[in-house]
Amino acid sequence: MAEIVLRATDIEKDYPSRRGPKVRALRGVSVALAGASTLGVVGESGCGKSTLARVLVGLEQPTSGRIELMGELVGGTVGAGLARRIQLVFQDPFSSLNPRLTVSVALNEVLAVHHLVTGRPERRRRVDELLTMVALGPRFLERYPHELSGGQAQRVAIARALAVEPRVLVLDEPTSALDVSVRAEVMNLLSRLQDQLALSYVFISHDLAMVRHISDTISVMYLGKVVESGPYEAVLGAPLHPYTRALAEAVPLPDPEIEAGRRKAAAGEVLTLGAEPLYGCPYHPRCPLAEDLCRAQVPDLVELRPGHEVACHIAAREAPVGTGPAARADQKETSP
Amino acid sequence: MSQAALETTGPAFEAGRPVTAGEPLLALRGVGIGVRRRRRASEIVRGVDLEVFPGQKLGIVGESGSGKSLTVLSVLGLLPDPPVRLLRGQITFAGQDLGTLDDRGLARIRGAEIAMVYQDPMTSLNPLLRVRTQIVETLRAHGAPRDAARARCREVLNQVGLQEPERVERAFPHELSGGMLQRVMIAMALAVSPRLLIADEPTTALDVTIQQQILELVEDIQARTGMAVVWVTHDLGVVARIVDQVVVMYAGRVVEKGPTRTLFAHPSHPYTLALLGSLPHQGTLHRQPLTQIGGTPPDPARLERGCPFRSRCPFAFDRCAQEEPPLIERGPGVAAACWKSPDEWKSPDEWQK
Ligand SMILES: Nc1ncnc2c1ncn2[C@@H]1O[C@H](COP(=O)(O)OP(=O)(O)O)[C@@H](O)[C@H]1O
Ligand SMILES: Nc1ncnc2c1ncn2[C@@H]1O[C@H](COP(=O)(O)OP(=O)(O)O)[C@@H](O)[C@H]1O
Ligand code: SF4
Ligand SMILES: [Mg+2]
Ligand SMILES: [Mg+2]
Repeated sequence: MAEIVLRATDIEKDYPSRRGPKVRALRGVSVALAGASTLGVVGESGCGKSTLARVLVGLEQPTSGRIELMGELVGGTVGAGLARRIQLVFQDPFSSLNPRLTVSVALNEVLAVHHLVTGRPERRRRVDELLTMVALGPRFLERYPHELSGGQAQRVAIARALAVEPRVLVLDEPTSALDVSVRAEVMNLLSRLQDQLALSYVFISHDLAMVRHISDTISVMYLGKVVESGPYEAVLGAPLHPYTRALAEAVPLPDPEIEAGRRKAAAGEVLTLGAEPLYGCPYHPRCPLAEDLCRAQVPDLVELRPGHEVACHIAAREAPVGTGPAARADQKETSP
Repeated sequence: MSQAALETTGPAFEAGRPVTAGEPLLALRGVGIGVRRRRRASEIVRGVDLEVFPGQKLGIVGESGSGKSLTVLSVLGLLPDPPVRLLRGQITFAGQDLGTLDDRGLARIRGAEIAMVYQDPMTSLNPLLRVRTQIVETLRAHGAPRDAARARCREVLNQVGLQEPERVERAFPHELSGGMLQRVMIAMALAVSPRLLIADEPTTALDVTIQQQILELVEDIQARTGMAVVWVTHDLGVVARIVDQVVVMYAGRVVEKGPTRTLFAHPSHPYTLALLGSLPHQGTLHRQPLTQIGGTPPDPARLERGCPFRSRCPFAFDRCAQEEPPLIERGPGVAAACWKSPDEWKSPDEWQK
């Protein structure tokens, strides 16, 4: 296993709520990200993905838990030197760029603020270099955000994140706001940058096909918890948690032959007006496999296969540690 | 309460004109839609021809801004006028030219024959009224007596898989989740037993598990009632899952149409080819570069001469800059607006750059 660049342990994040109890957005989330690799995070809206992103990059303090970046504890007294090693890229590039700054000014500003490059000519060279990295020519230097397409703006946002020489980029739905025909361009760029700069990514998206395509490991979140995590081909190719299975089966694939032969799976939706359960597994009201045990006791996240953890009573019983086919490492295709 | 009883309750429920065998239920011919921006008028949807036969499921795909919504809104006379207007073309439903109908005639078709579901359920729900009131009023507007309408309301809420119809009926829209609201919308649309359901990205804002249930629900009802469906989406996966005919739109034009399987297996327009290649699919290797189209879609209001795709097309040649290609037949039921036939295309490796 490669060196871990980012490790978050038992992260809790509560938000106060005016009416009713506090919102427990993250409930003991742990993630580990290896150097030059990608951790995909999936789960339905409201499960806590963006909260995790903000907490990881230090935009928000967790209620409890610890975050280590490159072996050092983040938070409290940590210097800016460490904090800049992790950067966030948002879904909507336009909302993250100052509309009044040209690309050149925006990039120069970041370099100046962080005292990364001194001297005008050096800074100029670095700005050119950053634009080249994201495959934008010098003609973009003097452009304002409104003169950029969505894909170009997202590349500028990535260049700005790269300006501070991060080791980790947290990408929160980086392609969701883009035209379908420009998503591939941003995905290819991210893969190339990872190879060139040995970057690590936390890639958050609801596009399971893209997550599977780019990630080395995947964590599946449900109601503020990680319910399954492990190598991408195991988690999405041979999921053990019923929720992951429902997710994987629900994604329509762009292939009518596969779709025609597909078994219909009922994912279960909370169709009543109540919210989450008070006891037991958070997924039990929707789960087709739920038993009494599930309604009574919260399942722990347990390693059922090498590196493959699952929080499900039934999965733990049906696939106890060390039995069954291990996740196949030779299975390298993107889709099921 | 049976549907038959409802259908005999008032003039609005008189069965529409029967469709002659082999005749489309809905047909658009040469539809052009214009928009006026700062005193400049331009045709943003141009020359759209499409047909939906009884019982057929047609998908309209294209990225945002390609004209999908305006096209389907034009069918029911719902274009936001001003600034958007139907400039030309003919729209027929069950052999009847909708252009000859007055507002009342259109309104009647809208409620009883063609139902529409939108991406945002709140565009067609009144936030101040309980779900039941809204469904019952819709039915009453089409002539159903109160008791019949109430019974039908309960029936359709059951049909769309809402587990506690009594509670949902009494709820206000804000008390329901996105998935529940979309079901309520579909229930409302189905209450009048339409012959055609037009769904404009109804699942785009929903999570995939909820989307799957809505897709299954509509397929189920479609199979049972035989209604025709027009499904608008930008998601090729959704298309592959539920429709049997596809229309691909780009910059306000139909650039390709054909049966779903043919279109996915043998795309006839370079844009369709590129879109399919830009998605990871079976056989795509992990982290392998995806087909990159380069550039961005043009603003349909400011198109230059020639093929609207040419600046992004690796197969473009002189003629593409001179003349806009019409839809050219490329196989049984397949047509594409491209001067080149697929066997004249270079290797798709050209895309990988
Ligand atoms: N600033 C906040 N104040 C209160 N609640 C919040 C705040 N941010 C997020 N939440 C709540 O936390 C939960 C997780 O939200 P989020 O992290 O945005 O989920 P996701 O990105 O997976 O959609 C949701 O219930 C959301 O309403
Ligand atoms: N109310 C409107 N006023 C002006 N332009 C509009 C309006 N509605 C849509 N348009 C323009 O028409 C084009 C097609 O829009 P639309 O049919 O909504 O596309 P789609 O549904 O494929 O995303 C877009 O370029 C859009 O900007
Ligand atoms: S007409 Fe020309 S530019 Fe347009 S898609 Fe065909 S080859 Fe490409
Ligand atoms: Mg989010
Ligand atoms: Mg639309």
